[in-house]
Amino acid sequence: MNQQATETRVGAPDAAQAATRRNELLWRVAITIGPIVASLAIAGCVLLAVGVNPLTYYAYVVDRGLLSPLGLQQTLTRMAPLLFIASGLIVAFRSGMWNLGGDGQYLLGAVAAAAIAPVFVQVMPGWLALFLSFVIATAVAIAWSIVPALLRAYQGVNEIITTLMMSFLGVSFANVLVKLVFLDPGTTVPQTRTLPVDDRLPRLFDTTVTSGLVLGLVAIIAVHLVMTRTSFGLRLRVVGANPNAAVHGGLNVPGLTLAVFAISAGLIGMGGAIDIIGVQGNVRADWNPAYGMAVIPVVFLARMNGFAAIGFVFLLSVLSIGGESAARRLGVPQHFTLVLVSIVLITLAIAEYLDHRFNEKRRA
Amino acid sequence: MGGLFSETFVTVLLFGAVTAAVPLLLAGLGEQMSEKAGVLNIGIEGMMIFGAYVGFVGAYYSGSFWAGFAAGAAGGMAVAALMALLCVRLGLNQIVVGIAITLGMEGLTALLHHFQFARSYPRLPAAQVTPIPLLSDIPVIGPALFRQHLIVYLAVAMVFVTTWIYRRTQLGLNLQAAGDKPAALDVAGIDVTRTRTVAVLFTGAMAGLGGAFLANIGAGLFIPFITNGAGFLGIVLAMLARGRPLWVLFGALIFGLCLSLTTAAQVAGLNIPTDIIQMLPFLAVMLMLVLFGRRASLPAALGIPYERGAR
Repeated sequence: MNQQATETRVGAPDAAQAATRRNELLWRVAITIGPIVASLAIAGCVLLAVGVNPLTYYAYVVDRGLLSPLGLQQTLTRMAPLLFIASGLIVAFRSGMWNLGGDGQYLLGAVAAAAIAPVFVQVMPGWLALFLSFVIATAVAIAWSIVPALLRAYQGVNEIITTLMMSFLGVSFANVLVKLVFLDPGTTVPQTRTLPVDDRLPRLFDTTVTSGLVLGLVAIIAVHLVMTRTSFGLRLRVVGANPNAAVHGGLNVPGLTLAVFAISAGLIGMGGAIDIIGVQGNVRADWNPAYGMAVIPVVFLARMNGFAAIGFVFLLSVLSIGGESAARRLGVPQHFTLVLVSIVLITLAIAEYLDHRFNEKRRA
Repeated sequence: MGGLFSETFVTVLLFGAVTAAVPLLLAGLGEQMSEKAGVLNIGIEGMMIFGAYVGFVGAYYSGSFWAGFAAGAAGGMAVAALMALLCVRLGLNQIVVGIAITLGMEGLTALLHHFQFARSYPRLPAAQVTPIPLLSDIPVIGPALFRQHLIVYLAVAMVFVTTWIYRRTQLGLNLQAAGDKPAALDVAGIDVTRTRTVAVLFTGAMAGLGGAFLANIGAGLFIPFITNGAGFLGIVLAMLARGRPLWVLFGALIFGLCLSLTTAAQVAGLNIPTDIIQMLPFLAVMLMLVLFGRRASLPAALGIPYERGAR
């Protein structure tokens, strides 16, 4: 309203300029919100096709994941591991490397933490046990990314395939570890030893929200600042934008490649550790939340910006927690979240295309 | 029930290897054509699982395996058409769209299966085999290799069909050019978009057929996430085969052998945890990539959308 008033006062050229600026702003908003709305609509059609009222479903998800106090606390807790994964993916994607092995790295980190924390906590102070299990979980996840990193850095083997293969291997290997090596002899359920609730990461204030959330926020903001404000981050972005230019510019590309894989996998492994020492307490056999893949669209939606990613991770958590409730109550399997997330990815890619076209037309 | 080297064990192992290899072979041959034409098709896993579901539903309700295979191939092709529209025509990022298609189809088929069959997993009757006269009477390998469903022989025949396409036809040359130097193909007056679209649709049909085989013949039923990385193994096969269909066949048989160790070991009475056995094909892949990865040559324009006049 204000802007309109100014326009009429200062005359035609400025008015035209203000109008284009407003158009541009509107366009930016449309290009961000549009894909989400379109995806909800398309996914709604899928729900209609299987005989579920999409409005009931969405309302239920929002109610359970966002509006109910308990649900909101669960949502915030769920954000902790997802933030770590998102930060790991941001490092990799900004450096032009496709770490699609998140699921394996996450699970191995989780299993490592679950194997160590309950044992260490009996012989040393709690905080030290948690810290050590956190560090070792990170190291295990990094170790799992070494082969793809070396292959990419020195042999030029496409990391998309190698990380995917290592992910399948990692998921199976984590299961082997849970069932054969770290099995809790105390129960008949195949799972690791359980970290007592009192020894887990403290909860925030009087809520059930884990303090892992704070660590996750620190991780993603740190990653964002490193990638945008430091020379190391700049070097990584150069490698991502144009590897040939990076070589000619004298950058140690193989070394940077190894660093990217280590940081990315390490952060994702930390996510697994945080989930165990903060929330789950143990790893059950055949447990695989497959967060690694679900977070990918979030990172793209945020255009690899750490602050924006926090917001979209929150949305994914709402969907995830609400979707779990809906699976129990409305009988819509959790897999629906997967469908919705993938539709978001496609509509987002189309929006980017339209944006590109829009900018070209404006320049012309 | 015999030892590790009994006749039954070897027959079961080989038969299982062929059954497990066929989906990988089909996926690998399909992916090979996409990659040749310059499209890295990460969505093949999604095309495969959609083909598996549609193929299973087709066979289950029609009672005909052939209707199932046709449905599977058509289903895979439909998903491929979406990919071709987004990646070839609009030039969107092939990796992003590929991930989306794989995730989406995994979720969608699990969802559809849930609402169609609830928690039941109906089985198809055993498929009829077509023994090849004389060859099928050879002891041990006869029953394993030459007493298969007709589609198995057709899948192997596709190796030679694609070899012929690449070596002897104009289409083969066009595909190669679309992957190596699309601008040159364009100058020669041939539509790059159309050539690549043909390749992606072929990939979809083959992947869908492979998925349908996996569900209908391999397992006899559909369970969510049944492909479990088979499409990705197809991508690896295509990468390592360096454009040669025959190498895809050899690779598929090696991976198939790894996969069939599970059933064969159970027949031999060995009690190896399934999780360890499930790791075998992926271990084999990583080993092969470590050994031969450097030589896996890929087309120059792989993964780069073609835009006329762009520098």
